[in-house]
Amino acid sequence: MNDRLKDLKFKVNGREVELKINPKMLLLDVLRDELKLTGTRTGCEVSACGACTVNLDGKAVRACSILAIQLNGRDVVTIEGVADGEKLHPVQEAMVNHGAIECGFCTSGMVMSARALLLRNPKPTRDDIKKAIQGNLCADSGYVKYVEAIEMAADVLQEKR
Amino acid sequence: METHENKYTILGKRVPRVDARLKVQGRAKYAADYEMPGMLWGKIKRAPYAHARILSIDTSKAEKLPGVRGVVVGEDFGGFKWGWQGHTRDETPLAVDKVRYLYEGVAAVAAIDKDIAEEACDLIDIEYEELPGVFDPFEAMEEGAPLVHENKPRNILVEYHWDFGNVDKAFDESYLVKEELFQTPRMAKGYIEPPSALAWWEHDTLHYLGSKGSPYMLWRIFGRAFNLPLSKVRVITPVIGCDFGGTKNDGHALDFAAILLAKKTGRPVKIVYTQWEELTTCLRRHPMWMRTKIGLTRDGIIKGIYTNVVADGGAYARMSPVSMYLTNGFVTLPYKFDNFRTDSWNIYTNNPMSAAMRGHGMYHTRYAIDCLLDMMARELGIDPVEIRLKNCLDDIKAGETYYTINELRVASCGVKECLTQSRDLFGWDDYHKNTKKVDGHMAKGAGVSCTGYLSGARLTGHNSCSALVRINEDGSVNVQTGATDVGMGSDTTMCMIAAEVLGIHMSDVEIKRVDTSYSYPDPGSYGSRVTIYAGEATARAAEDAKKQILEAAAKEMGLFPEELDIKDRKVIMKTDKSKFMPWLQAVRIACYASIGNIIVGRGVSRKGTQGFSPKAFETGVGDVGTNYGFAAQINEVEVDLETGVVKCTEKSSMADDCGFPLNPNTVETQNIGGSLHQGIAPGLYVEFEMDKGSTLNPNFVDYKMPRAYEAPFPKFAHVITHDPFGPYGVKEASEATSCTGGPAVVSAVYDATGVMIKNMPATPEKVWRALKEKKEGKR
Repeated sequence: MNDRLKDLKFKVNGREVELKINPKMLLLDVLRDELKLTGTRTGCEVSACGACTVNLDGKAVRACSILAIQLNGRDVVTIEGVADGEKLHPVQEAMVNHGAIECGFCTSGMVMSARALLLRNPKPTRDDIKKAIQGNLCADSGYVKYVEAIEMAADVLQEKR
Repeated sequence: METHENKYTILGKRVPRVDARLKVQGRAKYAADYEMPGMLWGKIKRAPYAHARILSIDTSKAEKLPGVRGVVVGEDFGGFKWGWQGHTRDETPLAVDKVRYLYEGVAAVAAIDKDIAEEACDLIDIEYEELPGVFDPFEAMEEGAPLVHENKPRNILVEYHWDFGNVDKAFDESYLVKEELFQTPRMAKGYIEPPSALAWWEHDTLHYLGSKGSPYMLWRIFGRAFNLPLSKVRVITPVIGCDFGGTKNDGHALDFAAILLAKKTGRPVKIVYTQWEELTTCLRRHPMWMRTKIGLTRDGIIKGIYTNVVADGGAYARMSPVSMYLTNGFVTLPYKFDNFRTDSWNIYTNNPMSAAMRGHGMYHTRYAIDCLLDMMARELGIDPVEIRLKNCLDDIKAGETYYTINELRVASCGVKECLTQSRDLFGWDDYHKNTKKVDGHMAKGAGVSCTGYLSGARLTGHNSCSALVRINEDGSVNVQTGATDVGMGSDTTMCMIAAEVLGIHMSDVEIKRVDTSYSYPDPGSYGSRVTIYAGEATARAAEDAKKQILEAAAKEMGLFPEELDIKDRKVIMKTDKSKFMPWLQAVRIACYASIGNIIVGRGVSRKGTQGFSPKAFETGVGDVGTNYGFAAQINEVEVDLETGVVKCTEKSSMADDCGFPLNPNTVETQNIGGSLHQGIAPGLYVEFEMDKGSTLNPNFVDYKMPRAYEAPFPKFAHVITHDPFGPYGVKEASEATSCTGGPAVVSAVYDATGVMIKNMPATPEKVWRALKEKKEGKR
């Protein structure tokens, strides 16, 4: 069985990680089961709900639909790597203060989609924001406060520049 | 809201949720995030038939597979059956003699990893005799149809026939009488977190950690299932990724199987459903067929309503008896009328089970009645908002009470203000005067709906609700109730109430998740009852704790407790603010006053003491709620006349009378979310496609849920009515808007195109066909 294992070396939340994994493992399984980074949620497993969204080299991707073995040498940021210690990212701060979060199951994915958007587009329009989180299903908060929170976070980031 | 006088320090303010910082960092732990040393993975073996007799089960090959540690089948549960009422105990944890819906659980396996558990399921050999199934409730009611349960003739699960006033006479006296058949879709609960369970046995006690919004329901069911005193059943709730009523309120195969496999193997067993398992086998919203008849005067005043409702209950009874009560019990809100008759049936079929869902019951009849009312208003030339204002309950003055014809007791009602606020925020009158409704192939229109909904559901039996407020020696406070926050924000509300009463800060107060070994029993998170009951209990517990602190401080300060209050972490003399003692000092003195002293406040809600008996379901008479919330909303839609695609625009408005919004942020998010996901989604998008009991779209790709670019952005108004029966005047917030979203958007399509979609959702195909029919009809 062990001879089937392959080496995986990639960066997770700024730290080099080296693992031996079964090549059929998904990034989602490696994050949750091997690295115990359970903030990335398992929702639909078919790329439809966005609860497992992480940032891969700065882009928002679904961890349920990527083989971990493809990520050698790549850079992954999960929800656990977004805040700077106790200091929340402006997107996180705005979501907390604006009351966007209800059950919170979609929240990790929402934050990761928003973070990726603001990395490439610091002045997004409302339509840009809707497009960025269109792959993230929420079942209870109705999207409005998430969109508004991301608008607020973009403003905060602009002021800091 | 902003102009409303608020006498509180914390209540009524926009306070961030206590769990939001954890959730936004991915640090909140949901059921699937828990692991234990030595833990095994479980998997359910499912039946490939919707209706079949089980002839034999052979688990020997599965048991021999390396890595498998245990296998259980239905018989291992010793004939245990459960259900909501005695006469509806019709379900076993895993099927025993017969399977009654496709993919019902038949056996379960525990193994050292997920793959082996799945492989072992494939190795279980089961012989079936396939039986003819019945998938349509109308066919199921016919004599000679296959029986889902042999002891239920014509597959009737429950039927109710109520008669108030004289409906026939009312219709005779009406200027306009109209009857139409409306239909609601088969609908998933739509939560993103699939159910998950982790079970283990420790010190002869059953331990269960799972995503359950009503843990004490399972506490009792597990006690009976495994023949244990309740003192040896421990149900622990992690953070829960939504519930909305259903599988996370009740038990399912994974719960019982994990517990029995853990017992058999002596190791912790975890079972996590895939979204496919959730969408094919878990509890859904009932689809209902509602033949609805309304009689109006020339002026549009409702003289009487008749409803004839048939619901598909699915393979097992679950909550269906109460669903059918609620579907018709609230028809008498928010419009005033004296004549109402209903005949309703809930029918067993070989489809997956139906159960409670946010806006329980009312959602169905609200859609039928509001859309039919709009069709009739058009015939009479009356504006849709106007016809509602003519018929809605008036504001109720403090101290007065309104009884509906079926004796719902309403002591506060802001539905007319909800309507006028929504109308004005939307700019309704101007919109209809100045908007170009059709431009090329695009049509625009707006629709309105309003409703009432109960809060503080109080059914008889185990309806108490209590709270503990413990003051620690460092001044920090633990609040504990048995009520579970499934995402609606009640944990924050409880902390706000405790902090307000104790005169301390939000950061001083902590609430833990429910643990049935340490929290007080509580009915659960349903029927908008948590803030009404647990809120009152928490306030009383905090008052009790405060009294103990003040007594100790008074002694030290040489004053009477009655002379003191606590504000901003200071015990102060009410008449001379210069005399005060810091909170921490007062706490220390109280805690150390005598050896072994602890400061614990206890509080019990008094609202649930007089329960509403399910016997009343037969007559429909009585008051199942503690009080009633109201709401109205208006939505604009755009319809592509060539393709039938309907889209909500951002333009919309909503007003909610929750009595008094304890946390306006929470009330707004709850309402906007409830309206979109439980209201507009079935109005425009969500619908299971079925073929002989098989769900054809059991995934979030083919089962269309609304996404961010489809969300309306409502202008929102809080309507304050200070209900006398809710703590701090509160009532439900968002079950009402879960009911108004559907009719508002379907009526908006009607306004835009002149076609009323009577079998929502108004999908492109249905709208396109209806437009084609209308065009051909004209020709």
